[in-house]
Amino acid sequence: MVVLGLSAVFFLVPLLSAAEFSLRVPGGGYGLANYLTIATDEVLLSSLLVSLQIAVVTAALVLALVVPTAVWVRLRFPAAAVLLESATILPIVVPPVVMAAGIAFVQANLGGPVFRTLFASSFTALTPFYVVLALPFAYRSVDNGLAAIPLRTLVEAARNLGASLPVTLLRVVLPAIRSAVLGAAFLTLALVLGEIVIARILLYGDTFPVAIVEIGRSQAGVAVALTLASLVLTWLLLLAVSFAGATRRTPR
Amino acid sequence: MTGTTVEFRGVRRTYGSTHALDGLDLTLAPGELLALLGPSGCGKTTALRLLAGFDEPTAGHILIGGRDVTGVPAAKRDTGMVFQAYSLFPTMTAAENVAFGLRVRRVAVARRRERARELLELVGLGDRGDAYPHQLSGGQQQRVALARALAVSPAVLLLDEPLSALDARVRVQLRDEIRRLQLAEGITTLFVTHDQAEALAVADRVAVLSAGRLEQVGTPQEVYSAPSTPFVAEFVGIMNAVPVTDGVITPGAPERAMRPEELTVGPGGLPGTVLTTTFLGPVTRLVVTTDVGELTVDVVSRPGLPGIGEPTAVALAG
Ligand SMILES: Nc1ncnc2c1ncn2[C@@H]1O[C@H](COP(=O)(O)OP(=O)(O)OP(=O)(O)O)[C@@H](O)[C@H]1O
Ligand SMILES: [Mg+2]
Repeated sequence: MVVLGLSAVFFLVPLLSAAEFSLRVPGGGYGLANYLTIATDEVLLSSLLVSLQIAVVTAALVLALVVPTAVWVRLRFPAAAVLLESATILPIVVPPVVMAAGIAFVQANLGGPVFRTLFASSFTALTPFYVVLALPFAYRSVDNGLAAIPLRTLVEAARNLGASLPVTLLRVVLPAIRSAVLGAAFLTLALVLGEIVIARILLYGDTFPVAIVEIGRSQAGVAVALTLASLVLTWLLLLAVSFAGATRRTPR
Repeated sequence: MTGTTVEFRGVRRTYGSTHALDGLDLTLAPGELLALLGPSGCGKTTALRLLAGFDEPTAGHILIGGRDVTGVPAAKRDTGMVFQAYSLFPTMTAAENVAFGLRVRRVAVARRRERARELLELVGLGDRGDAYPHQLSGGQQQRVALARALAVSPAVLLLDEPLSALDARVRVQLRDEIRRLQLAEGITTLFVTHDQAEALAVADRVAVLSAGRLEQVGTPQEVYSAPSTPFVAEFVGIMNAVPVTDGVITPGAPERAMRPEELTVGPGGLPGTVLTTTFLGPVTRLVVTTDVGELTVDVVSRPGLPGIGEPTAVALAG
C-alpha cells in the first residue's frame, strides 16, 4: 500500500505540475491557448500524419513477418525458440544510436538509384528501420501469446479439416492470440511515435516526435501540452487494446 | 456412405535412434472400427499422425482407399481426427467449430449451418450450438470435436485417446456413442487407446502394439482368449500359468494360460490360502497362494466367500 501510494505521488506530482504549466497563458493567468496552438499548427498536424502513416505500415509489416515466423518456429524448431527468445533482448542491449550511426554511414557512402529512392522521404527511409527496431518486441509479445494456446493441436485440427496454411493462420491462430497481436501492434505504434534518434541522425525532421522536440525549443508550454495530450491518447489506446483482449471470448 | 480401406505397408518411423514404428503392416476393412491398443510410447499416436499426414514415414507406404497418400498434405487426405483434448477452436462457437471444415470447402452458409445443427443434434448437443468451448464440459467438448470431424464426411475417422481426459462414467457413455455413430455412418475408424477394456468393448478388431511392432490382430474375443504372445496375454488381461492334466490342476503338469474367470474356488481343488480379496461388483477377485504360485481367481460375488488368510482350494471353473 505504502509503495503504491508513493509511486502514485511519484507519477502524479510531475503530471499535475506539467498540466498546470501547460495551462499557463503568456502574460499571466490560465487558459487553453497552448492546446489551441496544437490543434491549429499545420506543421505539427502534418508531422502527426507522416508518423501515423509510418506507424501503421510498420505495424502491418512487423505482424506479417512475426506471426508466421513465430508459428513456424514453434511448430518446426521448438529448440530454436530459446535462441530466438534471447535474440529478442538484443535491441535493449544494442542502443538505436549504434544502429543509426551505421545507417548514416551507409546513407552517406552508398549511392545507386535504389538507395536514393529509399532515402528520398522519411516514409520510405524510416519504415524499414522501424520494422527492424520493432521486430524483437513484437516477436516476444506474439510468442508469449502462442505459448498460451495448444498451438500444434489447433493447427493440426484445422489442417485435418482441409484448411490451407494461410487460412489456418488467419482464421484459427490469429483470433486465438488476438490480444498478444494487438499488444505487439500497440508496442510498434508507441515505438514509432516516440522515436527521434534515428530520424534525427538521418536528418528527417518531418516526423511527429521530432516536431515535438523542435516546438519545445521555442514554445515550452505547447510542447508540454502536446506531451500530455499524447499521454492521454496512449492511455485511451491501451484501454482499447485491453478491452478488445478481454471481450474476445464472451458470447454474442 | 460406404467405408474405405486403409492399409499400412511396412511403415517405419524413426526419431533419431528411437524406432517409434518398426515396420507396421495393418489393413482396415471398409467400415471397420479397429482399436490400436498398447502401452504408452509404443507408437500408437505416431501411426495415427502418419495416417493423418502430420508426419511422413521413414519407410513404407500408407494407402487410403487403395491410393498411396505419401506426400499428400494433411488437408487433402480426407481423414477426420478427434484429438485427446483441447482441440476446439477457442474463438469459435460449437456450431462454428463443427461448420469449419465446410466453410473451408466453401459450402454455402445456409447448408453448413444446417449440417452443423444436424451433427450437434446427433451428438446430443443440439441446444449448445452457441456455446464457446470454454463454456462446455470436457465430455461435451469431445462430442463437439467428434461432430466437427464427422461434418465433412471423411473417408476415415481417427481417434487418438479421445476419452482419456474424461471421468469413468462419461468415458463409457461417450465410448458407446462413438460406436453407435461409427456404425450408423459406416465409416472406417482407427481408435487409439491404451485402455484394453475400452478397446475390447468397442472394436471390431483389436491390434496390439508393443515397442513399434504389431503383436497380434484379431477380434476382441481372439485377442482376449487366445493371446498369441505373452505380451498380449499380460497386457489384455491378467493371465494365470496353470499346470493342468485331464481338467485338474496338477503341480508339475504342462502349464496353460488361463483367465481369472476360468478358475474358481471350492472343495476338491488345489489347496491354498487367500492373500487378497477385491470386490468388483458382480464378481470378487481373489488372489490365492498355492503350491504352483499365486493364482488370480474371479468368482461370482456371494456371501460365504473365504476371507483374507483363510484356507481355500482352486479348481477349474465350469
Ligand atoms: N516428434 C518426436 N520426436 C522424437 N521422438 C518422438 C517424437 N514423437 C514420438 N516420439 C517417440 O516415439 C515413440 C512413440 O511415441 P508415440 O507418441 O507414438 O507413443 P504412443 O503410443 O502414442 O504413447 P502414449 O500412449 O503415451 O500417447 C516414443 O518413444 C516417443 O518418445
Ligand atoms: Mg499417444
